[in-house]
Parts: sequence; C-alpha cells; structure tokens
Amino acid sequence: MVETVYSAELPVNEHLLVQKNRICGHGNGPRMAVVTGIHGDELEGQYVAFELARRLNDDLDLLHGTVDIYPAINPLGINTIQRGVPTFDIDLNRTFPGDPAGNLTQVATAAVVDDILGADVCVDIHASNIFLREMPQVRINEITADSLLPLAPLLGVDLVWVHASATVLQNTLAYSLNERGTRCLVVETGVGMRITESYGKRLVDGLLRLLGSLGGWDGSVPDALRPTVARDQRVEFLNASEPGIFLPRVRHGSTLKRGQLVGVVCDPLTGTVREDVISEQGGLLFTLREYPVVYPGSLMARVLGGAR
Amino acid sequence: MRRTTLFTLKTPYREPMEIVGFEFGDPDGEEACAIVGSMRGNEVQQTYTCARLVQQLRLDEAKVMPGKRILVVPSVNPFSMNVSSRFWALDHTDINRTFPGYDKGETTQRIAEGLFSAVSSFSLGIQLCSLYMPGEFVPHVRLTRAGEITKESLALADGFGLPYVVINEPTPFDTTMLNYNWQVWSTNAFSLYGHTTEHVDEAGAVLMVAAIERFLATRGVLRLPVSDAVPPRTIEEAGLVAVRTEKAGGFLMRHAEAGDHVEAGQVLAEVVDALDAHVKETLRAPVSGQVFFCRTEPLVEQHIICFRIAADE
Ligand SMILES: [Zn+2]
Repeated sequence: MVETVYSAELPVNEHLLVQKNRICGHGNGPRMAVVTGIHGDELEGQYVAFELARRLNDDLDLLHGTVDIYPAINPLGINTIQRGVPTFDIDLNRTFPGDPAGNLTQVATAAVVDDILGADVCVDIHASNIFLREMPQVRINEITADSLLPLAPLLGVDLVWVHASATVLQNTLAYSLNERGTRCLVVETGVGMRITESYGKRLVDGLLRLLGSLGGWDGSVPDALRPTVARDQRVEFLNASEPGIFLPRVRHGSTLKRGQLVGVVCDPLTGTVREDVISEQGGLLFTLREYPVVYPGSLMARVLGGAR
Repeated sequence: MRRTTLFTLKTPYREPMEIVGFEFGDPDGEEACAIVGSMRGNEVQQTYTCARLVQQLRLDEAKVMPGKRILVVPSVNPFSMNVSSRFWALDHTDINRTFPGYDKGETTQRIAEGLFSAVSSFSLGIQLCSLYMPGEFVPHVRLTRAGEITKESLALADGFGLPYVVINEPTPFDTTMLNYNWQVWSTNAFSLYGHTTEHVDEAGAVLMVAAIERFLATRGVLRLPVSDAVPPRTIEEAGLVAVRTEKAGGFLMRHAEAGDHVEAGQVLAEVVDALDAHVKETLRAPVSGQVFFCRTEPLVEQHIICFRIAADE
C-alpha cells in the first residue's frame, strides 16, 4: 500500500510527496525499512526498490512482518537529475535528523526519521555519485560497528568498510537512526545516473537474506559471498595531481599489484600524458573513477591494501 | 598595498584559478586581521564589498598602525562566479563546508586548505557571508559558538557598530565552516551579513566597509576616529521568532521588509494562489519587534520560514 510520509504544497498546483510502499506479510514479524533516493542523481536503488517490491508481492505468503520501501526521499532531485534538493541547493543527507519547525527540507527529513524509527533494521542505499563507480559495499561508522558488523555480510556485498567517525556525518540519516536505537546500514553501489542490474539483484537477495535472518522471510536465498571486511586495512586514496582527462588502465574490481598503473591523466590539447596514476600499495580496486574530467584533487581510485 | 597570489589551482581548459590577496601595512608586521569575501559563486555583494574595501584601504594605508598587517581576500571561488554556479561547478560542493581543508584531498578541500593556511594565523578574522535561504537581512555580525573564544569575540563585536550581534549554535555540518575553524585555531572570527547577496547594493557595501574599518580602529589596527554607534543588541539565533508558511504555497505577497518594526498581529504577507490569486494563508507577526530576515523570492512552498523577527525587549 502506498502511503505518504510527507507532503508539502509547492508554489504552483503541485505537492512535494515523500512516499513509501508498505508491504505487509502475515504474522507479527519484523519491520525492515529500505530507503533510497536521498541523493537525486543516484539511481541504483531504484532498481532495488522495484525488484524487492516485485519479489515480495509475488511471494507474499513467505513474508512475516512488514517491509517499508522508500524509493525517493528526494523526489524533486530524481526528477531533475540533481543530487540535492532543487531550489534549495541542499544535500539532504546533511540535514538529518531534521526539524519539524524548520524549513521544508528539515521538516521532510524529520518526518522520514520519525516514520522509520522503531524498525528492526533499515538499509539506506546510495550509488556513490556520477564521478565514481563502487563495488557493492556496506559502510559502517566505527562507533556503530558492534551492532552493524554482524548484519552487514548478509547483504551480499563485496566489501564492508568500517570507516572513522567524522563530525559532519552526524547529519546523515544513518547516524540519526543509529543514534536513536534503530539499526541502519548504508550501502554504496555502482555509479550515479546509471543502473547496474547485476549489483541490484545481489542486493535484493541480500535484503531478503537480512530479513530472513530476522525471521521475516521464509523464501530461499542463495548463500552470500563472504565480503572483505576492511577495518584495519589501509585504504589508499588516489587523487589527481594534474588536471585533464582520466583514462583507466585496469578493470574495476580487479586486484592490483604493488606499483601497478591504474590509469593516466591526459591532455587532449597537446596529446600528452600529464600524470601516471599508480597504486603504491596494491590491493582490491573497489572504487574507480567513471567521469573522465579531473581537477587536481579529484578522486580517481580507492584501493584496499593489506593489514596495517 | 601588495597584491599576492595565495593559492593556485591548475584546471582543464581554463586559466589557473588564483586566490588573490591584498596586503596592507607592515609586510613583517603582526598578522592582525584577515578579511575574506565570497566563497560561493552567487556572493556578488560580498565580492563587491571586498573590492570596495581594498579600494578604501589603499586610501587609508598610511593609517595602518606600525607593526600591523591586514589581508583582504575578495574572492575565494572566482571559478564558480565566472560560470554562474553557486557551488564548485564540477561536483557542487560548498567550499565553506570543507574547512580546515586538506592539501592532499579533494579539489575543494585543497582550495580550503590553500586559503586557510594563508589566513589561519591572523588574530582577527572577518568573513562576508550569505545564508542558504534567499532573502534579506538586517546587517549584522554573526558568531558561531565554539567555546571560550566566542565569548571573547562577543566582547569585541560591538566594534563593527552594526545594530545586531547574533550567536548561533553550529550543527555538526557547520563545524566545517571557515568561521568555526578559525576559532579552533584561536582566531577571533566574525561573520558579516549584509542586506543582499546576489545583486550589488552600493549603500550596503559602503556600510560594511565602514563597519570593517570601524572595527579595525577599535582593535588598534587602523588609526581612524571611531564614530559613535548605538551598542548592538545581542541575540541568540534560536531566539528569533520564525514566521512560516504553515498551510500553503504560492506567490508570497510581502507587506514588510527587513528592518521594519511590526506589531503583534500585523499582516506580514499573504500566500496567494498561483493560478487564481485567492488568498490561501495570511502570515501575521506573532510578536512585536523588528523584521530581522525576510524572504524575497516571489514564489514560496509550504513550510518555509519567510520572516524572522527580533522581538521587542
Ligand atoms: Zn548518496
């Protein structure tokens, strides 16, 4: 059943609607919330929302409890190919937990938090951005590692990355929910503005597996891959030193040798290579730049090395 | 005056982006005060005000106290301004949410670091700012709370001679602003908010240049007579009374401006239907006081704060 979580009048004969699809099984099973579309340019979760709802509806008798799917927390952004909220120029994932007495975006995020609170688990699906392609991964703030690390491998991702806490991340949905006692896992997968169905299928299986582990799904699900858990390993960030056009020279997801060439930054004006991009440490290339234009500082790759 | 380049960024197909600084006073003198202008591409008034400040300080350079140095940085982000983009044009990140910056990080972190390394050791820091919501303010000094140093700054803030000093409590996201990080590095930091952002207001620029020079005079950086000013009113941002569109969106027909004094119950604006012009909602002042902020966009959504009022004491 489609329900409205937040509604506000726009200036001309339209409402901004944040909607969810509530799918109820039988019995008093757990409630799982699946959220996506906080960033309007990230579409990988659109496939996951569609496919998850389709599979649940096809086999409703296997569902115990409730699955709430929120496919578009930022519907105007999705409509206009904008990461933030149009006209407000705001990154919604820097406005949580919101404020019911504030401006529209804060009221909306407060309504979303309020609606999800109390769920047994929440999964917030992101798709990196238009610049970077990511292997399916769960990102966990180290302060919530104890409660989330046991759940993360169920999602069928390649990588679980436990990262250091940063003050700015306190304004994300995941932080706001975890802080209030509702477990929330953040998934990053694929690339902005595109859909990678193979990743999406794995995530749908993963969500059903997670639900099954909580007693909410009786259907069979293939066994999960064992993800690499990056906790103490060194993550190498390769940022451009030179401006130009980045051309990758390795495949995303491959394992790099020490000192291997990842790509080049070239200058089409002169026909020269301005920079060789080299992974000093080698390891799993889990992030690779998709959008070719780079400035000094632009991230081109992240490589997961061995233990520190 | 000495024109210097504080930071250079090489770019694809454009000239290198430079952050230009103007230094006044003793080149080896104490780093007394840094003034930073626009960081976003739409902060036209902030850039213009700084350009006027550079012009004024050239005239007043002989009045810089011996052993003191002033640095003015009119534009941190000319690249975005030149292409009419509010944020960094490639990835839409806000430079004022990347401080203290990181010289090996993302592009905007490098820009922030380039600026911060040039301004972080000044004793006093002034930034000309804009708010994310479009609208007009009563000119004021804003302090972002960051511990003891903010209390110290509060005692200095009347030096600007502006009518209001507003203190705000930072969100976690706000701890990445220049103002906050200046304070972490022991600079007394002040954010100045003028009337406008996206268009040039000559009178507003003159007022802000005078306010900055007055402040520098009270701090013993400039040898200038300090004009009389009414002591400012200090208010907590959370103490401003918000008036919001609770029920409707449409045209915002405003009957009050920033700076107006309004009585409790007075009509501040009507929200008018965009297709048939019937009045959908009337916004009234819940308290008597001065309109501190008003929204200036013609269109408005439901749940938008259109006015903030500083209630009469
Ligand atoms: Zn995202």
